[in-house]
Amino acid sequence: MGRLERLYLGRSSHSGHDAPLVLEQVAAGFPSPAGDYIERRLDLNEYLVQHPHATFFVRVAGDSMTGAGIHDGDILIVDRCLEACSGSVVIAAVNGELAVKRLLKRNGRCILKPENDAFSCIEAAEQNEVHIWGVAIYVIHRL
Amino acid sequence: MLFTGSEESAAVALVDCNNFYVSCERAFDPSLAHRPVVVLSNNDGCVIARSEEAKQLGIGMGTPFFKCRQQIIRYNIRVFSSNYALYGDMSARVMEILRRFSPHMEEYSIDEAFLECPRTPGSCSAEWALRLRGQVALCTGIPVAVGIASTKTLAKVAARAAKKNPGFAGVCELAAQGDIDSALAGVAVEDVWGIGRRYAGMLRRNGIITARDLTRADDGWVRRSMTVRGLRTVMELRGTSCFGIEDAPPAPRSILSSRSFGSPVGDPAALREALADYISTAAEKLRRRGMLASAMQVFITTGAHGAEPSHSAALTLALPQPLSATPELIRHGLTGFERLYRTGVCYRKAGVVLTALQEARARQPVLFGSSAADERGVRFMKAVDVINARWGCGAVSFAAPSKAARAWRMHRRFMSGRYTTCWSELPLVRA
Repeated sequence: MGRLERLYLGRSSHSGHDAPLVLEQVAAGFPSPAGDYIERRLDLNEYLVQHPHATFFVRVAGDSMTGAGIHDGDILIVDRCLEACSGSVVIAAVNGELAVKRLLKRNGRCILKPENDAFSCIEAAEQNEVHIWGVAIYVIHRL
Repeated sequence: MLFTGSEESAAVALVDCNNFYVSCERAFDPSLAHRPVVVLSNNDGCVIARSEEAKQLGIGMGTPFFKCRQQIIRYNIRVFSSNYALYGDMSARVMEILRRFSPHMEEYSIDEAFLECPRTPGSCSAEWALRLRGQVALCTGIPVAVGIASTKTLAKVAARAAKKNPGFAGVCELAAQGDIDSALAGVAVEDVWGIGRRYAGMLRRNGIITARDLTRADDGWVRRSMTVRGLRTVMELRGTSCFGIEDAPPAPRSILSSRSFGSPVGDPAALREALADYISTAAEKLRRRGMLASAMQVFITTGAHGAEPSHSAALTLALPQPLSATPELIRHGLTGFERLYRTGVCYRKAGVVLTALQEARARQPVLFGSSAADERGVRFMKAVDVINARWGCGAVSFAAPSKAARAWRMHRRFMSGRYTTCWSELPLVRA
């Protein structure tokens, strides 16, 4: 016995009628043995993006975070509504520019630490206007 | 419709994004903080958004770009072309967040929404508004002002007060009658929602200068001179709700697509090509909404500036049957154009308005004409829309009779990246 389908072709929303235009049973070949097991295909958005309204993609320029696996040209997935904790990789607005660094909080001080010895730390102090823009949660890196 | 009179009833909040286009630019470029910033209209014509700093420098709304160029250089004002891909997406994000704060919400414009304040015992509206404001700022970087009152018109007044008083932390609730009265006394009558310039002159001549004066006007007189709509506005100012929150926006009654040209265009072939382009855009919008147009208006204009011969003309065409297919709409539109165009005139703007819209489903079948051909047309247009959605607008386009130079393309010299809609224009972060 083939799979049976009922075809409904649109409903007239204006007249208020709910009568289907075609009401026929149509045999549609042999059922697929996997028919009962069909699931939705994997969706990367679902896996990587927890808060779509607060998630942004940014492109990395520079080498100061190579130790954290973040390379020049990579794309970071940034969630703005997560709390930035000590140890988070954050996007921070530093002196008018967006930068990616590791955030360290020590005794009430905030330090932005690069993950490459050739670069030095930035401390959130009077001379540096620092504002946390979002928390980087994944890096997209082409192999 | 929401109809309430007593103080215990549900309140309305207006959430209004501050200087929205500027705030969108600032959200991705921290160097713009505390600096004067302006955003220009399509074609870089005039100023359509200003940061607080630019307002204080005296840059007026709608000022033509060429008129404020000196000030822009002198004060080092940052200038942006309008980036609607970015503003549209940021607006959608803000609206998504707001929707979690109230079951009833009306998206009033790209940067404003009315929300019904949930009245839960033991929690006040102002606290709710502060949480909402915090969430929007955290998730999008967009600052918003929230005005709360018993009616939509008063909520507008409250939001204005929230913006103008730095001490209010972006939230203003007008509940006590004394507060309402003093707020209304500070609002010019033309700034009342729904009044506008149309009635302002007449009201002023009758000694009605502020919103508060208007609340004291005689009902019969208001109704005679400003119709029942005007009377509803007055009742709303007095605290009686007459305009409900419209969860579902009404279907649009027309679709416009028009642009100013980069430079004046006299070549009829170039004009035809531009018009065909605008008709394609409008037709795509029409199909996305599942509608058909029964009439279309075509217009061309030289604008008021300049000494060249000026000419403005518009023509409305009744279509032989309700349509949504691009090629047919272009054919009719260009027929109209031939009757408008004058040789030797250089036009600055052209456009098309699709009107007399109806739902495609509710359409009357054509008595004579091939329904199979119609079906094929519908499937063909669907395929075109899918391709354009995937590969970018204009990947597939319909040829106007001639291929002319694209002089009519818009000027967008100061456009920032489409940070949230285009992989090749993501914001850069320094590592």
